[in-house]
Amino acid sequence: MEKENMNLVIVGHIDHGKSTLIGRLLFDTNSLPDGKIQELKKTCKELGHNLEFAFVMDSLQEEVEQGMTIDTAQTFFKTSKRDYTIIDAPGHKEFVKNMITGASQAETAILIIDVNEGVKEQTKRHAYILSMLGIKQLIVVLNKMDLVDYNEKKFNEVKTIISNFLDSLKIKPLYFIPIVAKDGDNVAKASNKMKWYSGKTLLQGLDSFHVAESLTNRSLRLPVQDVYEIDGKPVLVGNIESGKLKPGEEVMILPSNKAVKINSIESFLTDKKEAEAGESIGITLNQFIFVKRGDVICKKDDLAVVADRFSANILWMSNNKISVNEKIILKLATQKTECIIEKIKQKIDSSSLELLEENAKELKEMEIGKVIIKTLKPVVIEKFNDVPGLGRFVLTQNSEICAGGIIV
Amino acid sequence: MDYLDKLESRTIFIIREAYHEFKNIAMLWSIGKDSTSLLWMVRKAFFGKIPFPIVHIDTSYKIPEIYSFRDKYAKEWGLNLIISRNEEAIKNGVSPDKGRFECCTALKTGALKQAIKKYGFKALLLGIRRDEHGIRAKERYFSPRNQDFLWDYKNQPPELWDQFKSGSDDNSHIRVHPLLHWTELDIWKYVQRENIPITDLYFAKNGKRYRSLGCLPCCSLIESNASNVKEVVEELKTTRIAERSGRAQDKERAYMMQKLRSLGYMIIF
Repeated sequence: MEKENMNLVIVGHIDHGKSTLIGRLLFDTNSLPDGKIQELKKTCKELGHNLEFAFVMDSLQEEVEQGMTIDTAQTFFKTSKRDYTIIDAPGHKEFVKNMITGASQAETAILIIDVNEGVKEQTKRHAYILSMLGIKQLIVVLNKMDLVDYNEKKFNEVKTIISNFLDSLKIKPLYFIPIVAKDGDNVAKASNKMKWYSGKTLLQGLDSFHVAESLTNRSLRLPVQDVYEIDGKPVLVGNIESGKLKPGEEVMILPSNKAVKINSIESFLTDKKEAEAGESIGITLNQFIFVKRGDVICKKDDLAVVADRFSANILWMSNNKISVNEKIILKLATQKTECIIEKIKQKIDSSSLELLEENAKELKEMEIGKVIIKTLKPVVIEKFNDVPGLGRFVLTQNSEICAGGIIV
Repeated sequence: MDYLDKLESRTIFIIREAYHEFKNIAMLWSIGKDSTSLLWMVRKAFFGKIPFPIVHIDTSYKIPEIYSFRDKYAKEWGLNLIISRNEEAIKNGVSPDKGRFECCTALKTGALKQAIKKYGFKALLLGIRRDEHGIRAKERYFSPRNQDFLWDYKNQPPELWDQFKSGSDDNSHIRVHPLLHWTELDIWKYVQRENIPITDLYFAKNGKRYRSLGCLPCCSLIESNASNVKEVVEELKTTRIAERSGRAQDKERAYMMQKLRSLGYMIIF
């Protein structure tokens, strides 16, 4: 039996200890290659630093020199239960784009808070981003317990504050764990300095996460990625977002509402009789009809929503602001169309979640908008919780991603 | 779907996204295990009929077996193979003894620049993985380069879910990395499952094998008794030695790879 794999992102405010925790996790699970620690000691000495675990992840010259993670990075560690891909996300406001890039690849998260400093701006913003990305499995660690003399009262104070904030985002963390990342307390081993804490260590907590459920049992949604001509016949290719399919089944092509049958699953070097959610496949149809990238294939009696106007929550990430009614490109699965933000019902500060303005006229960098989007061409959509791949989108300007959003 | 199926499907999705976005695309094939696995998946993505050329950057210092392996499978798989060599630098005697960094810059970066210029490629598929090196852990799937080949690693565009950087400005090209999420062990498990032909330089003879392939003068053998794919998989499950420890290039200076990469050269063969 193959071991499971899980993508885990570590988020939190700058200097609250993300990179140090990752270094500690790698060290305690024996995941650092031989010579790595020696190499780090040498590099740190050359730069006049003391050895810090944080440097395990910071590979850019600037990161080591400034002692700050700039870009997201991934590394790997394993427990007896499963293999983890761990994503280090920068904590500085300037690098939120990098943070969201890392976090969008994750299915689970650790939110780290310096217990001495408490909940800060990026703590809240990152928590919001996790909720927007639909990451439901979360552990909160309160780091640097040594700075508050391992005090239970202080732990509970900060725990209550963050817990209330997460409540407002409808996030229920599995555990709150007091740790000292640099010394390893309650990371891989239970701490003997916090006898008052009898809960799980961080590694035990992580191992109790569940791997994301397959979407195979949901409705068939296959966004067409491209159409190739192979041996004189059109082959539709794409990744199945949800559901399953096999030859002979009656399907509908949206948004044009054309009914057709699946003729075959095409494959090379393998033989496929059926395909399920997550698979990148190719199919042929039983008759020639015009199908193009962006069309979505559904079962005939179980169709997705087709709309040219929908409500969404978006996070604006570009330093150019966006105004109501300004033309912008929407990319949703393989669909691409011009659109406008017709209305900004609410404008919200992403670091405090405070309402800034109702019926706003524009969004600036790091502002959240509860908006209505109007597309030029109809798009095939779903609620994010039903089929994530058709319930999330990006807005782009000059081919750069400026915002991420989910359909509500 | 098992774990390898998921990795493979994501890779095929990215290959197809790249081809959709950039018709003038090519794949760099170093003949090593990673790019040969990538090539395998490129063949799957297009049902055996790859609609773009496969480029081999030939420094002239490659291990001889690499050339025979390349020619055999280029023919068997019907590849449109482009071999790019910086002939002028080779004629002028550029070699590792006169400085490894300068040698890589001329024979790898130089030859790659020539190929991009000659064929006008707008995007290149490369078989790099995040677990190879700390710098590679920071790569995006779609990574833009400017006209001087510089990688602005401090200011990379965001990637959300399956949405990547599209288009490119007139003078730049995009590097696409469909294997970014694979590990060394994943690759070998996939080679084993799919029975992908791999040059036997990776398998031990007399207690030594190559773990990572490059140019002959800059690549050393590791101690190993793993003489076939199955034994390599077993060895990697327990090793504590970094993959690229046999590569001279990495050891020279702590940040040499970063410099090389920002100069435009990303695969070290």
